[in-house]
Parts: sequence; structure tokens; C-alpha cells
Amino acid sequence: MADWTTEVFENEYLPADATEVHAIVTVTCSGAGGAGQSGAVAEVIIVDTSGSMASPHTKISSAREAAAAAIDELADGTLFAVVSGDNSATVVYPPSRGMRPADSDTRAAAKAAVAHLDAQGGTAIGSWLAEATELFGTVEAAQRHAILLTDGRDESETAQALQAGVEGARGVFQCDCRGVGADWEVDELRGIASALLGSVDIIAEPEKMAGDFRDMIRAAMGRGIADAKLRVWAPQGSQLLFVRQVGPTIEELTDRAVPVSELVREYPTGSWGDESRDYHVAVKVPPKQLGAEQLVARVQLVVDDAVVGQGLVRATWSDDTTLTTRINPAVAHYTGQTELASAIQEGLAAKAAGDEATATLKLGRAAQLAAQTGDEEATNKLQRVVEITDAETGTVKLKRDASKLDEMVLDTSSTKTTRVR
Amino acid sequence: MTACPACRATVDPGDQFCESCGATLVADPTLIAGPMEGSAPIPAPEANPAPEANPAPEAQQCACGGTFDADGWCTVCGSRAPNERDHFTEQVAPNAAAVCDKGKVHPRNEDAMALAASHERIVLVVCDGVSNSTDSDVASLAAARAARDVLDHEPVVPTRTPDALAAAWTAAFGRAVAAAQERAAAAAVTVGAKENPPSCTFVAAVVDGPVLVAGWVGDSRCYWFGDDGTAAQISVDDSWATTEVARGITREVAERDPRAHSITRWLGSDSPGGAPSCAPVSVEAGGWVLVCSDGLWNYCSEAAELGHLLTTEIAAHGDDPLAVASALCDWANEQGGHDNVTVALAHVAPRPV
Repeated sequence: MADWTTEVFENEYLPADATEVHAIVTVTCSGAGGAGQSGAVAEVIIVDTSGSMASPHTKISSAREAAAAAIDELADGTLFAVVSGDNSATVVYPPSRGMRPADSDTRAAAKAAVAHLDAQGGTAIGSWLAEATELFGTVEAAQRHAILLTDGRDESETAQALQAGVEGARGVFQCDCRGVGADWEVDELRGIASALLGSVDIIAEPEKMAGDFRDMIRAAMGRGIADAKLRVWAPQGSQLLFVRQVGPTIEELTDRAVPVSELVREYPTGSWGDESRDYHVAVKVPPKQLGAEQLVARVQLVVDDAVVGQGLVRATWSDDTTLTTRINPAVAHYTGQTELASAIQEGLAAKAAGDEATATLKLGRAAQLAAQTGDEEATNKLQRVVEITDAETGTVKLKRDASKLDEMVLDTSSTKTTRVR
Repeated sequence: MTACPACRATVDPGDQFCESCGATLVADPTLIAGPMEGSAPIPAPEANPAPEANPAPEAQQCACGGTFDADGWCTVCGSRAPNERDHFTEQVAPNAAAVCDKGKVHPRNEDAMALAASHERIVLVVCDGVSNSTDSDVASLAAARAARDVLDHEPVVPTRTPDALAAAWTAAFGRAVAAAQERAAAAAVTVGAKENPPSCTFVAAVVDGPVLVAGWVGDSRCYWFGDDGTAAQISVDDSWATTEVARGITREVAERDPRAHSITRWLGSDSPGGAPSCAPVSVEAGGWVLVCSDGLWNYCSEAAELGHLLTTEIAAHGDDPLAVASALCDWANEQGGHDNVTVALAHVAPRPV
């Protein structure tokens, strides 16, 4: 049985007339056990086999190795399939329709199949996702997960076709996405991963691919909670300003709300292993008289329609300035980390568009925020793209020799946050 | 013994709210001692097993029309369900009653009171939880009840002379404060507060035959207003202001100083200790004894002024002690209600000569 704990970090004391309440709600799951406790687990491995994967040739050979490594990590009984993607999708394993449970024979057969993956054709990610969606439809599984590897942008289909592929897959399976090399589009892949409740990352060196694939499958096999939802109640007359996952990565959940009733909304969070996630909830409420207490949000975690954890966000209006002026460190930290992610993404977008002034300003602000929130990893990655003259004031110079790869590393990691110190 | 539905702490049947977490005890409606507002929940639980029990929060209706969840919040507008700890009254005899109220600004009611009437004597206890320490509402209520119980269970003083009575009650106050101190300190263990342990003041009055004996620790007060025109503050604050007045500045100036309320003695796990100060006064002429927290006397400190206010309220509301105590509490709230307000009153009939 999994154990859930919920903690709320906020300053509940508001000065007279204040209306905005911010809280960080930390949800921790422990004792989740391995995947498959609530039904079968299904896994699809999607490998880009477009022509560009052949240059350098290490990309396609690493992809073969990585797919084999992933197959080796599948727990016995996991239903699986391997898809090779170019202008369209081809199921390379199993040889006939459907998915097969992992055992020594099926693993060996699948590895033999991926050893023959060849690189030719274009990139049509929407069609790959559609194929995976169809595969998952052939099995009864409680937990459905895929990993997707690509090395290029989605250029062999229309934007609508990609959108249709993503929408068809949404809610059917979760998908961790990886880009190899420097020719794929960070924004594009981040959008796909985000919609499919998965992670996105860059594999800068093809040799590291096998290790990364192994880790992704291992993590998926370690998620014992197939599906959980975040349920948020906010009082009548209030305005739920936003609900955002802020740890371990930033995910804007606000527009994913599924209304349950007039005052209650649910947000999909996918599967859970033993882990902690932080949510930033902001609510605007009508002001009350001094001394009044108000429940501002009830934040619950729901598994199989049962509430497994709950945090209460409250407000108390007070004229005691020693209380109302306190800044909650968790709220401040994650507000800074969210702004840091935006500053990095906007700065890099401006740089790509040739707007050096905006790029310098945004990346300068990013350097300042990274220093303020003690995010050394972000500082290190920023330093490969800009020269930080003064982190305190956010003064930077764009590096002329910054590589595309360094920019992509900075971009993909921008949504990863550090914990409150 | 019963458990609090909110925090599982042990509570006594008849308690209106939990001493540990302050939750209204509603899981078993028979535990409720009386209605919330206005009328007096007459204690002596054995004699009066709560005929008009409060509904459980789930069954109450919020002002917005919504209902309350089991944890006490409105499911529609998010307002807090009315909490009995925020405002409660007690009347132990036709001539003795008290009101304890959250006031208008503080989010919690950290004041507490407990009364008793038996053997023709009256016991009034008021404790004021120190608001910058953790969970002082728990400490103050536990302390007030513990002291009240000790004083209420004291045997009849055999020698009925004023001197013997004063000596006996001075000794009893030592025991009452020891019990109150023990409970206030134990509150720190209950709530696990280490940095800022719960603490509270203490003041009590015992009227026994010809004398009133007051005992106190801190700056909650006891006043005597005789039918013969006497108006006197019996207790002497253990506070910064008092120390300064003793040094020669006027009381008015001292009480306006931001440090005025810094108390020099209190109960709780970090209490500086010491026996309560005690003072006797003759009540043979008849009159009113008033025990209160600074939520009242802040607005009306001088005995003569407070006596005048009392006379005005008696003229308006009659001599029912609950009606008068409620009127004084309302008056403090009209002045701003910046602190929790507690007013305990007893009327003493003149003794036949």
C-alpha cells in the first residue's frame, strides 16, 4: 500500500484588503511498489529511423543498442512493441498485430529485430504517435508508457497531423521524449512530452543513449501508482489564478483542468513512483474583515476515485505586520524558478530570432535568478551560452562561440527546478 | 473518557471544545453543554445534560447557504464554521457569570475563563494566552479549568473570620496556580511547541463570606466595586507598565507605551515561577467583583472609570451578571476589539449587620 503525505507551505496571514493567496503543496508518495499492481503494464519503444540518423552513423547504431537496452529492462510480463519511425510508422516487433508479454524469447526476438533498424526517410512524429496509440488499443493495460527518440524536427507531415497524433495519444499513454544531436526542435518535443505527461531531455552524445533508455524504462517500471489526479476545490466567488507543477519540473496545469463541479477541478498527473512533486496554487478571493479565516483551496490527490492525500490552503486577515509581511521561502523559491525558466526560454528564442538586445536582457535576468535561487546547475549551463559579468545585477554578454548544442542543453533543462534549500 | 474527533486527544464528556486543538466537540452531540450565542450554558453537567445541543458543523448552515465539511469549513464559500472556543459564556449561579470572546481582530480566542459556585462561595478564574507564543489558547483554557477545580474543591474554611479566610485562600491560591502552571506547561508537550511555548496569565477571585481574595500572575485583573462607592483594582499587574508607574511616571503614559503589556510573570513551560500575588478585601458592604483580561481594561483602566461604566451597564441591562458581562464585552468590541475579551462578574449581597 502506498503512503501519501501532503504538506502546505504558505503565509496564511494577509493584510487588510489583500486578495491573492499563494501556496506550495508538496505531495509525496512512498511505498508505491513496482508497476503492474493495478493491472497489466504496456510499453512502446519508438525509435526515429529517418535518413539523418545515419549521419553520423553512430546515431543509428546507438539507437539500435539503446532499443536493445530498453528491451532488456522490461519486467517480465510487460506487454511491449517496438516502432520504427520515418515518413510513417512501422511496427518492427512483434511481427504480427498487437503487443507481446516480455520473456526471454520475446526479448531475444525483439532485439534481433531492432538490430536491423536502418536509417532512411523523413520525420513524421504525429504518425508514430498514432501507431503507438493504435498498439495500446490492442491490449488491456492499466499503465501505458512509451519512449520516443528523434533527431530531427517534424518536417515530413503537416502541423495538423502532428497535433492530431498528440491529441489522439493524450490520456492514452505517457511518453518520455528524447532528442539526439542538435537538429531537433526543443519547443516541439517539449510540447509533445508535456501533453503526454512525460519528460524531455537531450542526448548530446549518441553513446549515452543506451544508459538513458535503460533509466527511462527502469523509472517507468518503478511507478506502482498507475494514475493519479490532482483535485482542487476553490470557494465560490474566488478565481483560481493558476495551478502549476513546480517541482521536480515546471508544468503548467491550469489549462488542463477538467471541471468536476462548479467549484472543483481535476488535473491529470499520470503515474507515480516513490517521489515528491510540488504544486504552486494561486487563488484570488474577495477580502474579508480582520480576524476572519477562510479556506482558499482544498488540494487533494485522487487515485481510483479515492482521496489519498489532502492539503488545505487558508487565509487569515490580520493587522499584525510581523505576520503579514512574512515571505514564505517555498513560494518565493518556486516563483523565482518559474521566472528563471521563462527568462531562459524567451532569451534563447530572442537570440535565435536575432534580437540580441532582448536575448541579453532575458538571459541576464536568468543569470540573476539562478544566483538568487541557488540554482548552480542553471548557472553552469547559462555560462556556456553567456558570459556572466555580474550575477547580482544580471549583467551578461552573449557568447559569440556558444554552440547550438549548449543552447539546447540550457533550453531543455530550463524547466527542471531545484528544491528549496 | 472520550477522544477529540479532530486530534484524538482525550477530552472530558461535557467539554465544549478540545483543550488540545480547540476543535468544537460535536462528534457526540450530547457532549455539547449549551447553545453558542446569547443564552448561558448553565454548567453543572450532571444537573443539566445539554438539552439544547448545538448541531454538528456538518448539520449547521453557513451564512452563504452552504454546509460545513467535517473539518469545519464551508463547502461553498470556505468560511470557518462557528467555533465555540471563539465565544462562550458561563453562568454558575444567579449572581455569577462570565463571557469570553475572540474580539474583532485576533484570529483566535486565546483568553479563557472557568467559574464555580458552591458552599456559598464563588470562584472566578480568567487566563489570557500570550498571543506571540504557540497554541496559547490551549494553555489558557487548561490552566483556567485546573485552577478553578482546585479552588472549587477546597474544603470549607472552618474559622470564618476575615483574617483566617484570607490566610486559607492565599494558601489555596498557591495550590491552584501550581495546578494551572502544570497544565499550561503540559500544553507545550501536547502541541510540541519548543521555540515559543504556550503561556498565559492567571487571575482569580474567590468570594467567601465576608472577604474577596484575589490571586494573580501577570496582567489580567480583579476589581472590586462596593455598593458603598468603593472602586478599587485589587490585583497589581506584573508588567512593564506597573514597574514604570512604581518608578513615578503616570499610569496613563505608561499604559500607552508599546511595552506596557510586556508581562514580567506568566504561566507556561518557560514561566519564571513564583507563587501568585494575593490580596484580600472586605465585601461586607455588598457590591460587584469583576475579573477581566486586558481586552477590557485596555479601554478603561482606572477603577473609578470602570466602575462608572459598570454602573451604566447595570442601569441599562439590570443586575443579571451574564447580561452585564455581555454588555461590557460588547462595549470592548465597540472600542475596537483589538484583543480577546473576557469579563467575569459576581454580585455580592450586603451582609446583614
